[in-house]
Amino acid sequence: MDINWHSFFFLLVALLTCAFALAVVISSNIVRMAFYLVLSLGGVAGLFFLAGADFLGGLQLLVYVGGTLVLLAFGVMLTARAPLVSMKTAPGQWVLAAVVGGCLLAVLLQVAWSVGQWAGPGRPGVLEEEAKPTAAPLGLGLVGVRVDQLDVDRRADLTEKEKKAREAGMSGYLVAFEVISVHLVVVLIGAAYLARAKRRVDAPLARPPQT
Amino acid sequence: MFLLTEPVGLMHYLVVGAFLFVCGIVCMAAKRNAIGVLMGIELVLNGANLNFVAFGSWVLRDEGTAGIGLDGQLLALFVIVLAAAEAAVALAIALNYYHTHSTVDVDQGDELKG
Amino acid sequence: MAELLKSFVPVWLAYSTAAAVNAALLVVLALMVAAVCNWLERKVAGRIQDRLGPTRVGGRFGWLQSVADGLKLLAKEDLIPQGADRLLFRAAPYVSFCAACSLYLALPLADGWVALQLNSAVFFILAVAGLEVLGVILAGYASGSKWSLFGAMREAAQVVSNEIPLALCALIPVMIAGSMDLVEIGNRQEGWLTNWLVFHDPFTFLTFFVYLTCAVASVNRAPFDLAEAESELVAGFMTEYSGFRWGVFFMAEYASMFVISGLAAILFLGGWNGPVPIAQWLGLTRDVGPLAAWLGNFLGMCNMLLKCSLGVLVMMWLRWTLPRLRIDQVMTVCLRYCIPLAAVALLGAMWWTYMWPGGW
Repeated sequence: MDINWHSFFFLLVALLTCAFALAVVISSNIVRMAFYLVLSLGGVAGLFFLAGADFLGGLQLLVYVGGTLVLLAFGVMLTARAPLVSMKTAPGQWVLAAVVGGCLLAVLLQVAWSVGQWAGPGRPGVLEEEAKPTAAPLGLGLVGVRVDQLDVDRRADLTEKEKKAREAGMSGYLVAFEVISVHLVVVLIGAAYLARAKRRVDAPLARPPQT
Repeated sequence: MFLLTEPVGLMHYLVVGAFLFVCGIVCMAAKRNAIGVLMGIELVLNGANLNFVAFGSWVLRDEGTAGIGLDGQLLALFVIVLAAAEAAVALAIALNYYHTHSTVDVDQGDELKG
Repeated sequence: MAELLKSFVPVWLAYSTAAAVNAALLVVLALMVAAVCNWLERKVAGRIQDRLGPTRVGGRFGWLQSVADGLKLLAKEDLIPQGADRLLFRAAPYVSFCAACSLYLALPLADGWVALQLNSAVFFILAVAGLEVLGVILAGYASGSKWSLFGAMREAAQVVSNEIPLALCALIPVMIAGSMDLVEIGNRQEGWLTNWLVFHDPFTFLTFFVYLTCAVASVNRAPFDLAEAESELVAGFMTEYSGFRWGVFFMAEYASMFVISGLAAILFLGGWNGPVPIAQWLGLTRDVGPLAAWLGNFLGMCNMLLKCSLGVLVMMWLRWTLPRLRIDQVMTVCLRYCIPLAAVALLGAMWWTYMWPGGW
């Protein structure tokens, strides 16, 4: 029996990811939820590596796990009151959530199972057999030069104008890249302003004024 | 154990993505802690990212198809960046909520209740 | 190795054994680095403080001191505070250690001698180096004491902030060399001392020192070690950790120190290429034959290990010489000095590479 090691590792990492995602849902301690989420997203990064997206896997580890989740952990620490109050959801709400989630899962699984039938042929092209480095093509695509789509001659579904545009490399993600850069700056300034320290209101019920 | 001998296909990644997505939805719907809802949002975005990467992966492609190629990874890149920005804003909102209500329990935010 | 085993055992067992042995070798490398660094630290500290350091265990130089320390740590009582979150308390040191060990996957010791030759190796190392902070945060929370929490929060803020200038500084040699592959960056610096990227242009020279500062800050070594300083917060996030768990944290710290110096060595100091091209003089290049190439690579590996140790020694020297910075001073250094300097250096190096693409 010859084990396909790629499938073996996919199975291992996918099971871990799903198990920890389920643990996030089930756990009621917020810090443990954060820990399980870290492991789950690390598993997703592993799945990215297994799918051949090595730059994206590194990006997931750097930005998501190392940045966003650290932010989340800080949020947990800042809003936690000692002793950690465990906020449990009522069982009725759990049932409702489970029913909705179950229906959605059924629909999505059915769609996923039949992907061969509804996925179109996509872009015709050469099926690559070996790993190509993805960092440089990704970077160039962000700047506007799509080096992975230079085989425009083989494509029959594009008009002449579109072919000329693609050959000139004008079909990259340059505008989106610029927009997202400005967006990040604006969002982070806004978030920092929103979260600034203010005088805290002590209790929701104000004491009635003494006369 | 048929999976161990066959190569992994697109469908398997989509199944994992769907599972993560649904876990995120249930988390968003059922958690009382505002940060818990945030974690649900992260799970949802990661499920979607996995879908993008799977469709754009050269490893998982069947014979004869070409998928969406590098576009999948580029879109996933944008989603990761936007998710980081959105997590920052959501955390700022949660901190504001904590400052005004002295608790992070979303069930206590019922001032607009009719 | 898998090929060798295939004739004896079923195929899957051969491959899994080979993989396990390779993984074990990596972990052993990290552990050996930690053990040697431990002994080195005590000797260096002793000499700087005008005393001898350990001299009794294992001969005149106390070489077995690390072994004795390890045995002592293993034999200590395993204590978990009452208010601690048991699962997270147990798991936190291993999160840090896994992150620190995984760094060795992408660090090349010679031309082609690397566990995994990633074409985005610099990116991978920077990404995984930022994961250690998660272990620190978990440890700080799980200890159930507010001093640990404070120390962990400070350390997390410090490490995460220092990732920015670290990445900017690492970007400059990547831009000059045109690749994120560490093997390629190392090979580009073949030959004499002047080929080293640190002497490529004055901006890269400045970048090297900014990188050194940010690297020391990002592994929480003095003078930036307020978060784990004995005189400030007992031991910060490590307060409640004793015995083997503390040892794991310390091993993670030394392992990541070694890798960060290794990254500096490859990006700036030529990696396995020496100040003089010894391998070429002795005729040990690839054209001669496989054995000669292997010997040349072996010399390169010794060179690389020497440079990594030099980096670690400089970090230890800084620790026992300079006074500690306050936490606001630490953050000021990072945010107000290192980031603008790194950004200016990036612009300058970009302009220099544009004006004189082939070097001047």
